[in-house]
Amino acid sequence: MEYVVIAYLCLAILLYFLLGGADFGAGIVELFTSRKNRNRTRETMHHTIGPVWEANHMWLIIAIVILFVGFPRIYSVMSVYLHIPLVVLLLGIIARGTAFVFRHYDAVVDDMQILYNRIFVYSSFVTPLFLGIIAGSVLAGKIDLQAQDFMSAYIYSWLHYFSIAVGFFTVALCGFLAAVYLVGEATERRDKDRFIRKAISMNVAAVICGALVFLAASIEDVPLVQWIFGSVISLTAVIAATLSLVLLWYWLSQGKAKKVRVLAGFQVTMILLAVGYPHFPDFLMVQGGQNLSLLQHQAPVGTMVALGWALLLGSLLILPALFYLFYSFQKKAPGYLH
Amino acid sequence: MDDFLAARSQMALSLGFHIIYACIGMVMPFFMAVSHYRWLKTDDDNFKNITKAWSKGVAIFFATGAVSGTMLSFELGLLWPNFMEHAGPVFGMPFSLEGTAFFIEAIALGFFLYGWDRFNRWFHWFTGVVVGISGLASGILVVSANAWMNSPAGFDVQNGEFVNVDPMAAMFNEAWFTQALHMTLAAFAATGFAVAGVHAFMIMRKQNVAFHARAFKIAASFGAVAALLQPLSGDLSAKDVAVRQPAKLAAMEAHFHTEASAPLIIGGLPDEANKKVDYAIKLPGMLSFLVHGNFTGVVEGLDKIPAEELPPVTVTHFAFQIMVGIGMFLVLVSLLYFGTLWRKKSWLNNRLFLWLFIIATPLGFLAVEAGWVVTEVGRQPWIIYGIMRTSDAVTPMPGIAYSFYLFTAIYVSLSVLVIFLLYRQIKMVPVLYDAKKESQIPS
Repeated sequence: MEYVVIAYLCLAILLYFLLGGADFGAGIVELFTSRKNRNRTRETMHHTIGPVWEANHMWLIIAIVILFVGFPRIYSVMSVYLHIPLVVLLLGIIARGTAFVFRHYDAVVDDMQILYNRIFVYSSFVTPLFLGIIAGSVLAGKIDLQAQDFMSAYIYSWLHYFSIAVGFFTVALCGFLAAVYLVGEATERRDKDRFIRKAISMNVAAVICGALVFLAASIEDVPLVQWIFGSVISLTAVIAATLSLVLLWYWLSQGKAKKVRVLAGFQVTMILLAVGYPHFPDFLMVQGGQNLSLLQHQAPVGTMVALGWALLLGSLLILPALFYLFYSFQKKAPGYLH
Repeated sequence: MDDFLAARSQMALSLGFHIIYACIGMVMPFFMAVSHYRWLKTDDDNFKNITKAWSKGVAIFFATGAVSGTMLSFELGLLWPNFMEHAGPVFGMPFSLEGTAFFIEAIALGFFLYGWDRFNRWFHWFTGVVVGISGLASGILVVSANAWMNSPAGFDVQNGEFVNVDPMAAMFNEAWFTQALHMTLAAFAATGFAVAGVHAFMIMRKQNVAFHARAFKIAASFGAVAALLQPLSGDLSAKDVAVRQPAKLAAMEAHFHTEASAPLIIGGLPDEANKKVDYAIKLPGMLSFLVHGNFTGVVEGLDKIPAEELPPVTVTHFAFQIMVGIGMFLVLVSLLYFGTLWRKKSWLNNRLFLWLFIIATPLGFLAVEAGWVVTEVGRQPWIIYGIMRTSDAVTPMPGIAYSFYLFTAIYVSLSVLVIFLLYRQIKMVPVLYDAKKESQIPS
């Protein structure tokens, strides 16, 4: 049963990255859109992510609940040593979620909209940045469980080149996912072309940030290269992601929205697989190599069995409803009004 | 401010904020479902407008509740890592089910809010009902997790480790039912009176009376039924607490000395140093009657509790008095409401009647917060009753006071913004929902 739980943990992280990521990305795209086009972008965005954004962020809650029920030691170590970036992440989440809803549901449309929009776009940037910083810190192995002073316990555990590079890489990927998603949702040709250009520039940014991640890994002695080149699966995943870039650019230039969407999802999945697989079952890397493993630090068997069943039964309810939600609010779904 | 106090304050603030949004988010969908149903059955457009107006409020509250709930799932670990490390696997079951319920609620809400004129009308109505049911289920599950902290079950402690974990036994602990019942009724009463109060105010100002009178009736009916049932549930809870957590009951009642024919103490200033209550009304034998069903039974007092396990008496006692006092006031208003309904008086023209509801607007939530203080402060110094102390659960990270200031600033500004938004929603009712301008309603 522990493998069922681990599979759901991976699924929740992946889906949060893809769906929640695209959602953050929409704000990033808005941030990097010229002033005259912002309203149009906002409009498309509201129709596309309005009905689904709340559901997209549920994956984070699912991942957190799996962590604290199934792997409490890992959750508690992360909570203690990554306290500060987690708090920033939370502030980002609360600011972004409320600003998105407030700007739509404020009955009076006036200058308050400027405030909501500002908060929305900046928190859309900061939140995935810190999400990436946290992901980078989980991998980097800079967490020192024996640390005695404040700086090494609570600051250097997450503040280093590697985590920051991963943070910017995450931001670029989110923007890329969102732009690709919006291409298929734009109702007018000029919007579609704009999103295609945005997708390409975000993609270029992601490739550059990806290279910076490798550079930072070598500066900080994170064994990223060993992980990827030491495992056939990781190496295949990285090669597949890189080669598919060519296809991606071709399809983007042709404006094939559906195909590009699938391919972008595929690339991000491959990237997560490449960095996540080689050190499995180790999940949280700490100094001195006493990494916290998902298998060693799992909850007692009774809990894992109950959690596994809860997830299996829960997904029977959730997944069909979620698919129907996405289906119903697509551009071409029956009854769509504009 | 010392870190432990800061951590407790931050948690109290976060939960105190979340509880309001969670209550409204789980109760309002039922009001909407009734109004929506009435529209589908009667074609009275007022009901459609009420449903739409309420749904905008719900969207605001639900989003704020969802993000503050997300924050809580992190804060549990950020502030109480040692508690979560031990308790997570034991009381995690309701949280994993709650994850599912919350997810379904979010999906159904997407359908409901964005589904006007797009789906079969009854399917659309049904998605609104699903929002309510799954919200209610989430609420009950979370309260069950809290009940476990009051009534730990489903594990044994060996050398400081929790073994023989049985998550189902933990979820269905002895306190879950009474606590969940009390909280659910409280949510309905508080939300019902808050919503009814706002509409009563608008009726008094003679604005869109047809709209507000219909809305008032739906909200007030829910609130009044819940308020009338609440004392029965409160009695069940008190009897249960008397058995399981005598220290909490004694603190609620400021009952310092174990005695037979114990009096019920109403009001008063507890003097913790001299173990007495000044200026209180004492009803002889009533506490014994409430706990045991006879006037002579012995009720354990605070003198039976070791000094290092005493909860703060004054805070718990005051909070309890506030909760019960408001509860009684709402019972009276509810009786009056049903009385006027029965006698078919034109109550909506009676200013005194409307004023009673306007006064009651914030009271239900005040009672919810007070009840929350009773159960949480009354459990101190324990985080898991009798098993783990709150002070042993707190994070080792220093400087939590700054985090507390930061969160306070966030919650205060969010509260101000939400109130501001609601004010604007209500102010715009004549423009958006005037029956004569039905054709101009933006979709």
